[in-house]
Amino acid sequence: MSIAEVEHVAWLARLALTEEEKRVMAEQLGRILDYMEKLRELDTEEVPPTFHTLEGMRVPLRGDDPRPGLEREEALAAAPDRADDLFRVPRTGEAEGEGA
Amino acid sequence: MIAETAAAIRRGELRARELVESCLSRIASLDALLGCFLTLDGERALERAGHIDEELARARQHGGRAAGGTGGLKARGGAPGASGGNQAGDGLLLGIPYACKDNICTRGVPTTCASRILEGYVPPYSATVVEGLEAAGAVLLGKTNMDEFAMGSSGENSAFFPTRNPRDTTRVPGGSSSGSAAAVAAGLVPFALGSDTGGSVRQPASFCGVVGFKPTYGRVSRYGLVAFASSLDQIGPLTATVEDCALVMEVLAGHDPRDATSADVPVPAYREVLGREVRGMKLGVPREYMGEGIEPGVREAVEAALRVFEDLGCVVEECSLPHTEYALAVYYLVAPAEASSNLARYDGVRYGLRVEGGDITGMYSHTRRQGFGAEVRRRIMLGTYALSAGYYDAYYLKAQKVRTLVKRDFEQAFSRYDLLVAPTSPTVAFRLGERTEDPLSMYMADVCTIPVNLAGIPAISIPCGEEAGLPVGLQIMGPPFAESTILQAAHAFERATVGASWRRRGGEGR
Repeated sequence: MSIAEVEHVAWLARLALTEEEKRVMAEQLGRILDYMEKLRELDTEEVPPTFHTLEGMRVPLRGDDPRPGLEREEALAAAPDRADDLFRVPRTGEAEGEGA
Repeated sequence: MIAETAAAIRRGELRARELVESCLSRIASLDALLGCFLTLDGERALERAGHIDEELARARQHGGRAAGGTGGLKARGGAPGASGGNQAGDGLLLGIPYACKDNICTRGVPTTCASRILEGYVPPYSATVVEGLEAAGAVLLGKTNMDEFAMGSSGENSAFFPTRNPRDTTRVPGGSSSGSAAAVAAGLVPFALGSDTGGSVRQPASFCGVVGFKPTYGRVSRYGLVAFASSLDQIGPLTATVEDCALVMEVLAGHDPRDATSADVPVPAYREVLGREVRGMKLGVPREYMGEGIEPGVREAVEAALRVFEDLGCVVEECSLPHTEYALAVYYLVAPAEASSNLARYDGVRYGLRVEGGDITGMYSHTRRQGFGAEVRRRIMLGTYALSAGYYDAYYLKAQKVRTLVKRDFEQAFSRYDLLVAPTSPTVAFRLGERTEDPLSMYMADVCTIPVNLAGIPAISIPCGEEAGLPVGLQIMGPPFAESTILQAAHAFERATVGASWRRRGGEGR
């Protein structure tokens, strides 16, 4: 795997990797993916995928009935940063007219 | 053992508080070396055990029926939509202390998944299994160490400290339920909960010489289990004996409306089949699990176990699961893909670690870089890659198709055999540090357990011998919901080998 590919995937995964970490990741993922090449030996043209193993089982959904959820304070209790009843996050964009 | 202990507590011959005290003192003397626990909740456990004793004493005094364990011992409740599937609240585990893997939510008790990103996190609700155990009278002692987010096969991926194998402290206990397996093996607790996504209950059970069970996917509620790979994860017990395993399974199993993948299938009384003879049972031995890559000592121990089953009147035959060699590659695409999606929630907003990094994307990226350890980052990267545009068909979809072939292998085998028998792990416990530099060699540790998760079937690991003084685990696999048959066979084996020389060390200190 190339460093550029690692950088792209790290961006998708929201992981800030150092240059050294990118290099090690490229090498390790490359070896792991080489191992996965093994799967190409098999012809799976006619084989359906198995996304879960629940086929044929009785897996009923519960009724769509309202029920109490977490209290607001409980939900906010572990927040790293909050403002009143809200989770606070860093600015996500720039307001119009604001320069960088 | 657990059933007798609970009965003694009920009769007042043993106080629940004394039992908790004795576990805590054993933990105090051994756990600095072993590193099984991330959180101990001793005070609350003593208090709860004291309440159990008082209530039992009161019930005895009033001459009434001894407390059922439900009345005053109900779950603390308050969980959203609480209606747990498990109503085995008839005090089956009255006063029995247990430990819980740290990826299973416990209301008011830290739950970290052995990760920096959840350090200090205290969940506002309990997992359904924890509520069920509480309703059955069990007493939570603490939370056990593990590979971070259950990703690992040695316990060394804990962000905090590794756990050591009680049988040889220079060796790993296996993983990812490292602390749970080691705690049961060292006699620190009568039982513990683990989770098994690719072998994380069975492989450490094998390395530590205890019993570990991975139920059918859907058999035990996953509500409150921190998700790793949602189509593979199952919670299961680690115990000293098969009977204890059956007992705890009676409490854990059952439908839960809060888990949309929970199966509505009646829960048998698992203990009822124990002691029934296994004569005529047909056991298949997949040759792919006995060949290259399996340590000779492990193979010999398993072969000796097969002779025990033959002596018990079972029909033992070699069979084949031809796609076994592809299972590892399937797993290490499917599980990281699901993990990359599940772990997207750790973003420094609602709970857990936050590391500032400029704008919101910078905050996410630095939080995740610093909060996740190397193996978790590697799997998130692998999974993100496998799901990304241009690679989805070649890797993720391909893996899910081959998964079908692995599953069909089992279906065909179970059309001819009641159960399949194989090693749990290709090796005995390896040394700390031996495989940490090479991810693929660590992944190979799960080669015998992974196919079971891909197929969603149940399997147990029980001690079956020793190699160089270290425990060897025997894996018994069954078709979906054949938990009873597995336990019946496992129990028959345990009884037949009760005096075996390799068992002598197992009872040490208990």
